[in-house]
Amino acid sequence: MDIFLQQIINGLTLGSVYAIVALGYTMVYGIIQLINFAHGELVMIGAMVAFSVINALAGTHLPPVLIVLIGVLAAVPACMLVGYAMERIAYRPLRNAPRLAPLITAIGISIILQHVALLVWSRNPLAFPQIIPFVTFSVGGAIISGVQIAIILISVLMMGALTFMVYRTKLGIAMRATSQNPQVAGLMGIDIDRIISFTFIVGAALAAVAGVMVGTYYGIAHYGMGSLLGMKAFSAAVLGGIGNLAGAMLGGILLGIVEALGAGYIGDLTNNVFGSNYQDVFAFLVLIGVLVFRPSGLLGERVGDRA
Amino acid sequence: MQRMRFSLAIFAAAAALTLAGCGEEKKPEPVVSAPPAPPPPMVVKLGHVGPLTGSIAHLGKDNENGVRLAVDEANAKGLTLGGKKVKLELVAEDDQADPKVGTTVAQKLVDAKVVGVIGHLNSGVSIPASAIYNQAGIPMISGSSTNPQLTEQGFKNVFRVVGRDDQQGPAIASYLASQVKPKTVAVIDDATAYGEGLANEVEKTLKAAGVKVLPREKGTDKTADFKAILTKIKGKKPDAVFYGGMDATGGPLLKQGRELGLKAVFAFGDGACTEKMEELAGTAAEGLLCSQAGLPVQAANKKFLDAYKAKFKIDPILYAPFTYDAANLIIESMKKADSPDPAKYLPELAKISYEGASGKIEFDDKGDRKDAEMTIFTMKGGKIEPIAIIKSGKTIKFEDFIKAAETAAPAAAAPAAAAPEAAKAEPAKAAEPAKK
Repeated sequence: MDIFLQQIINGLTLGSVYAIVALGYTMVYGIIQLINFAHGELVMIGAMVAFSVINALAGTHLPPVLIVLIGVLAAVPACMLVGYAMERIAYRPLRNAPRLAPLITAIGISIILQHVALLVWSRNPLAFPQIIPFVTFSVGGAIISGVQIAIILISVLMMGALTFMVYRTKLGIAMRATSQNPQVAGLMGIDIDRIISFTFIVGAALAAVAGVMVGTYYGIAHYGMGSLLGMKAFSAAVLGGIGNLAGAMLGGILLGIVEALGAGYIGDLTNNVFGSNYQDVFAFLVLIGVLVFRPSGLLGERVGDRA
Repeated sequence: MQRMRFSLAIFAAAAALTLAGCGEEKKPEPVVSAPPAPPPPMVVKLGHVGPLTGSIAHLGKDNENGVRLAVDEANAKGLTLGGKKVKLELVAEDDQADPKVGTTVAQKLVDAKVVGVIGHLNSGVSIPASAIYNQAGIPMISGSSTNPQLTEQGFKNVFRVVGRDDQQGPAIASYLASQVKPKTVAVIDDATAYGEGLANEVEKTLKAAGVKVLPREKGTDKTADFKAILTKIKGKKPDAVFYGGMDATGGPLLKQGRELGLKAVFAFGDGACTEKMEELAGTAAEGLLCSQAGLPVQAANKKFLDAYKAKFKIDPILYAPFTYDAANLIIESMKKADSPDPAKYLPELAKISYEGASGKIEFDDKGDRKDAEMTIFTMKGGKIEPIAIIKSGKTIKFEDFIKAAETAAPAAAAPAAAAPEAAKAEPAKAAEPAKK
């Protein structure tokens, strides 16, 4: 039982990160139907910037939590800037182009960002300074660390704040209007360009936080770390129903838990015919299974093509 | 066409020289600039391939530096083959640790007419690439690929200057079995040719020693989250955990294992036997056991270490002494054959006896290094320290090994230190004192 609980905790932590990153994919998709493949790189840049700041401050006698906070405060604006620039320079000129063009551009941006990071932060895996004292709590035989609790709490808080913003503020109404019908929203006096930029910026901020969380959790940052994470988060967004905020959150957390349980139990269930190397296969099988029965994802609504 | 180009060239002032060069022997490349004064040196290209991007790019660069040092030293000293002055040129390529990219790059090197290749770093890349070099008849020496299959393909042109997993695996496993005495061991690998091959050998040896081995767990070479796997393992309460993989994944694995409260002894292969482990895993790395094929970087000769540090301003990480030796082996056999032609110097390479930065090198029939030593390290106070040397199945304490080396052959120590110098000048002589 404690093993099972431990796997759930592992999955929940991983899933929270997926969820936060998936939100970025889903928001952008919701508003301009673009799969921003470069979103994963924003997570990486967030982790890298935070690494530089935390590393520089690690020698000082500031309290560790404050150092990490400063790292986050540096990473968020940096990612916002990259997110904004990405939209402004690469995607906006292509807004009325065929849908494949921005998609390919997104892949290109992703490669460019990786290589810029390679030039700036070198190709070595960077070790986050271990400044946060390692505290653990025992829950029914399972171990949960302070960092894990922080990741889960912060994710929940951010999801709450985002939901509040989208559904309860004027800006949120404008975002939803733009996502439903940009032309009409424009006629109603909404500055579409601003809203789209804003969406990218919010997604980037979430990605930055996710980057710092991943970095401090695993203690490692690397210029290639964004692509796999991005791919998983994108799958999570699809699983939940891309374009749907609650779906991204649900999809992320589900994917995390399915992965953890998959790695933990496939071997035992199949008498070691399939081992933990099938954990990704297992996760994607679940994804495919869901999509066969619900093509628009768990919470996605069946929408017709926009006119 | 060809004649046209030549006749045009006659108008150029340097044409006479260029043509003279062409007439004597097949030249690899037309000479780009032909200054009037000394005849331009013949350019001989050596290839190096390793991952220069990706999660183990630091190791790839380290390998490349080793080769670059050897090439630069040879150029500085001046090399004459077949009566012609030769300038060595290093063609360094990036294989991204990816077998697909590796074969493409291998073909690129063949097309660029390199005369020899040092590389690749990863076994999984070296193996498919070796077939391409074999077809082109180009010798290839890997300074770090330890998967046995590399030299088991019957290729006459494939060599390695490190030990094999089926030597390294048994070494770390027998050390584990005899010193740690575990009842149950969990074995994890990263699903690469290297990691899986090593893990298989470890498992085989442990089982032979009567140790219970849990069903294999697998990550990938990009996995950052091992918690699920480790949690599962924790439930089975192993006394030791072996991981076949590189440091970029091994570090997080170790850290997460300790975070989950796993008390087992962790043992890794050479890919995760670097000081980077301390950075990546922090205090969790303390007490880690790991093995390296060959002798530790610290045990490489001082001259190499100093030269490397002076040139690149950093210390060599892992395989640089081996790639340095590999490059020197090619240069040395070209000298012996007095030709940069792969077909001519290959037989010399196969029977070479050379005192390199990593000790004495001779090849067996398969192209493996004869009597390769294995070293067991432990992480102590943030540094990996050699604790034992395993040679021909025997475990020797590291201090004893160094002492034995010093007392047994005081004469050998001095020439060994000056080996690259002496060996280049007079290979036969340098090899002799070491034989004693």
